[in-house]
Amino acid sequence: MSQASGPPPSPQEADTGSYTRRELMVAAAAREIRDREVVFVGMRLPLLGFALAKATHAPEAVGLFENGVIRDQPAEAFIYTMGDPPNIAGAVACLGLNDVMSLLQQGRVSMGFIGGAEIDQQGNLNTTRTGSGASLVRLPGSGGGGDIASLANRTVLIMEHEPRRFRPHVAYITSPGYFAGRRRGGPSTLITTLGVFDLTPAGVSVRSLHPGVSIDQVREATGFPLRVPASVQQTPPPTSDELAYIRKADPEGFWTGDTMKRR
Amino acid sequence: MREAIAQHVHDGDSIALGLALESGIPFAAVHEIIRQQRRNLTMIGPISDMAFDQLIGSGAVGGIIAAWVGNVAAGSGYAFRRAYELGIPNPIRMEDHSNFTVGLALKAAAMGVPFLPTMTGFGGDIIRDHPRIRPLDDPFDGPPVLAVRALTPDVTIVHVQRADAQGNAHLWGNFGLTIEAAYAARRTIITCEEIVSEDVIRSDPNRTAIPGFLVSAVVEEPGGALPSSVQGYWRRDHEPFLSYHRQSRTVEGYQQWLREWVLEIPNRAAYLRQMGDASVERLRVREQRLAAPANFAP
Repeated sequence: MSQASGPPPSPQEADTGSYTRRELMVAAAAREIRDREVVFVGMRLPLLGFALAKATHAPEAVGLFENGVIRDQPAEAFIYTMGDPPNIAGAVACLGLNDVMSLLQQGRVSMGFIGGAEIDQQGNLNTTRTGSGASLVRLPGSGGGGDIASLANRTVLIMEHEPRRFRPHVAYITSPGYFAGRRRGGPSTLITTLGVFDLTPAGVSVRSLHPGVSIDQVREATGFPLRVPASVQQTPPPTSDELAYIRKADPEGFWTGDTMKRR
Repeated sequence: MREAIAQHVHDGDSIALGLALESGIPFAAVHEIIRQQRRNLTMIGPISDMAFDQLIGSGAVGGIIAAWVGNVAAGSGYAFRRAYELGIPNPIRMEDHSNFTVGLALKAAAMGVPFLPTMTGFGGDIIRDHPRIRPLDDPFDGPPVLAVRALTPDVTIVHVQRADAQGNAHLWGNFGLTIEAAYAARRTIITCEEIVSEDVIRSDPNRTAIPGFLVSAVVEEPGGALPSSVQGYWRRDHEPFLSYHRQSRTVEGYQQWLREWVLEIPNRAAYLRQMGDASVERLRVREQRLAAPANFAP
């Protein structure tokens, strides 16, 4: 089935009513987590993706947070940051940053989520700075992103899909993707506002497009070559159970609200 | 607090704070540093949810050694961006790190070794021409590693749940880099929710993450980490992070925030009064979920 052209599909309306693009991305992120994996979680959509995976197909996954928290259950209430009290209460362990980073460095972390302001076809991410001179823009920096990119056994990248962000070469490599001499891991999946993509050292290929997104739209928003298979799948919409769970975890849509809300 | 900052924080010092990451940020100490008009400070921390941005906007900061500077729930730190991009109110030196390399630099100092080896950072630009990170051959014939040089803060400031008058500090929840930074620093200032008796500390020595002989000053400052959270004492107050983010978008907005919440307020007690009883009580943790006791009987 190709979603390359034609009107936006509507089957999801029958079973889910409506969902936002970010809710779709959370569902896609959750599917990247396998049961019993040790996951470096992070905030925003990955946090919700981890919680959703725990509630559905990966009940025995374990989550690490860079502030030192280890959890095997989602936080007890909505959290804005990983240090919020509901993420501490009921944790398996509360340690330090170097402790969880050491687990990452040892190779005990199956996968981690990271995002960025810019990406290139090697899967390098920039969260440090763009432009120069009068157009210089300072971004917050690596945080734990560079460490997860270096040390996890695989990474899943989450991005806004816009031409200014998808570049032939990023201005600064904060979180390294594929490079000669890489010893472990690397980016395996890229989830964007338009689709889901496979990453390998050879480049980026389309795995699925979100409902209503055309391949031309993706090409226009991508500043590097994409491999497109003969048959492009549609990203499976969140099921009604998944949606119910996401909305319970983010009741006001703080992370998953979206001006692109589908009818 | 006034005395602790006056005595232990000097112009030109390097100061580590915000070490637990998003919780336990010693905002009362940060605001007192701003009121005392310290200059050319070098701020050290992994991330720095809003605290570094507030200090930068006030003109207190000359340099930053950190992995991330911004506002965790809202995004950019506008004062940081103005200083970095435009030199407003003054240019700043930036030493970019990842969280782990900040952690290793403090850990090396805490251990008393000149550097620690790591595998994080290969293939990225952070390590390029870095003043504190260099490639190193493995003396045992393994593949090359990166050496992260020790980082000794002049002052570490942490906010904890409780301490005794000697500074023996009990803390719980996520530690981040709190312990490494307290061990690494030349001077450590503890601000705490409660000063308790020595008996409370000795009842649970495993919870004493910072022994008092490392501590230069102890300040009882209830609510001293607000609007960040303190496990068992305070919930996170999200709105001030979001409203500061909106306000600090312009220099004028930042200055208005600075006057209202720092310069025209003498101390933390007055800050809590200005928040209003309803807000303070909404944030105070009243429920109890106590840990099971641990038997230390000999």
